[in-house]
Amino acid sequence: MSITRETVEQAARLARLTVAEEDKDRLAGELSAILGFVEQLDAINTDDVEPLTSVVGATARMRKDAVNAGDYPERVLANAPDRVTDFYAVPKVVE
Amino acid sequence: MSELNRLTIAEAQKGMAEGKFSSVELTQSCVDAMQARADLGAYITPTPDAALEAAAEADKKRASGDEGALLGIPLGIKDLFCTEGVQTTAASRILQGFKPTYESTVTSNLLRDGAVFLGKLNLDEFAMGSSNTTSYYGNVVNPWQSSDKPDMALVPGGSSGGSASAVAARLCLGATGTDTGGSIRQPAAFCGITGLKPTYGRCSRWGVVAFASSLDQAGPMARSVEDCGIMLGSMAGYDPMDTTSVDTAVPDYTAELGAGVKGLKIGIPREYRVEGMPEEVEKLWMETADQLRDQGAEIIDISLPHTHSALPAYYIVAPAEASSNLARYDGVRYGYRADAPEGLPEFSSLEEMYATTRGEGFGQEVQRRIMIGAYVLSAGFYDAYYNKARRVRSLIARDFTEAFGQVDAILTPTTPSPAFGITEEPSGVEMYMNDVFTVPASMAGIPGISVPVGLSKDGLPLGVQLLGKPFEEVGLLRVAQAVENAAGFTATPQLMA
Repeated sequence: MSITRETVEQAARLARLTVAEEDKDRLAGELSAILGFVEQLDAINTDDVEPLTSVVGATARMRKDAVNAGDYPERVLANAPDRVTDFYAVPKVVE
Repeated sequence: MSELNRLTIAEAQKGMAEGKFSSVELTQSCVDAMQARADLGAYITPTPDAALEAAAEADKKRASGDEGALLGIPLGIKDLFCTEGVQTTAASRILQGFKPTYESTVTSNLLRDGAVFLGKLNLDEFAMGSSNTTSYYGNVVNPWQSSDKPDMALVPGGSSGGSASAVAARLCLGATGTDTGGSIRQPAAFCGITGLKPTYGRCSRWGVVAFASSLDQAGPMARSVEDCGIMLGSMAGYDPMDTTSVDTAVPDYTAELGAGVKGLKIGIPREYRVEGMPEEVEKLWMETADQLRDQGAEIIDISLPHTHSALPAYYIVAPAEASSNLARYDGVRYGYRADAPEGLPEFSSLEEMYATTRGEGFGQEVQRRIMIGAYVLSAGFYDAYYNKARRVRSLIARDFTEAFGQVDAILTPTTPSPAFGITEEPSGVEMYMNDVFTVPASMAGIPGISVPVGLSKDGLPLGVQLLGKPFEEVGLLRVAQAVENAAGFTATPQLMA
């Protein structure tokens, strides 16, 4: 699988990453190498094999549908880059 | 008293119980060691003052009759565990300055048992790497030096490179690590220490910065098998805050130490004999098998046919899960936020703010993996990549299940080579090969431990890996200690404090 500059741009957009123009060719090469490496899995027959969902065979546990945490906005907002009263703030953007 | 920092956890516990020294003296010795070897770059955030305060508190508790399993023992904490009020970076710029308002379950458990925290240890950014060269806060240096090139700084392995380097250089008595594809075992082998990845689900992941959630597992790194058992007994346990944490009792992990291996069956998987592996790696592996045989174990050749599919499957599963987990770093709730482009008063859109923040906040390896993850999960590719990898994962797990029908433990080399130079670091897929022996157990969720057994021709440590049945760490540690005793590994690194 060879990754093009356009695919790099698409993956970067999906991943919400700004990628510099001059890095796109390098990334295309690196991503191609990784995808080339994983392609060997195609040779393995997995027709009758279920995807592994839990390595320890655990099943989802239920708990009471009740509030068990919260009501501490100071703790939640303690690391916010910007805030206004009890809300996260984001930069004003031109729409 | 000098050189207290060089004691094992078991030795230090005994010394303090007998009143030979205090936790304050022991902790001061580690703090001095950390300052003397700051050049190794092992700690991102040392917390010497808090450590000495905690040590004084531990001494007071001991005086009043308290006997916590780790009372007064100074430990280093990988900077992937959230520690309340102490900066937690995951070695990334994007979390610079982040001070959690809560404590991870694993570190809470250690604190409950009286441990003293010396500070936060360096790692590969978001635990992605095998050399500890992707940290935003600088490389970690391996305290071992090659007799062939003594001036060359060597990598400690990764991602728990700071943990391994600090334990090996005697900058702490033990350390926490996390292992996603080998991040405890590979650096333990490179630094000549012991590192245990427990069964997935044994230690809570709550409060541990997530990389790949179906693989991540915390574990101990220390200077003996016994110390790993002592630490695991504190770290492990059911946690309602982690739905994948398993609700089974925590046994005494040191219970079977010294019981030997007589009558046990040890498997040697033929697929771990890889092309280009140095002869010395194979030799130590076979010598270890011979030693176990001499002690009464039965050595059995086994096959794990899907071994070589583990690494490619891992490089789909891990980036896919990482791309989801790392979506939370958007510059809004915590950590780094980029400024608007130069010359402009503001971003043109909120999305531009996210993308710029993430582009500036994540390093190259992390960006590469996030993009791979986004790509393999994107519409039209999900089944071909992610589901295919998960099916292969079932086959890998089945191999181990079948093998454990025949044997009690599996013996392999931990890494295909000893530590390499920071400047001769391989790139891309070649770097990924470092984890070829550790990734299969991660994919299957089974426990694995690396034990140092000897030195390479250039005087660098080499380890063997023992793999065990799920949740049977007690028996795994028993075999590991037999290997430890037989190997008698007493060499110490050149850059030791």
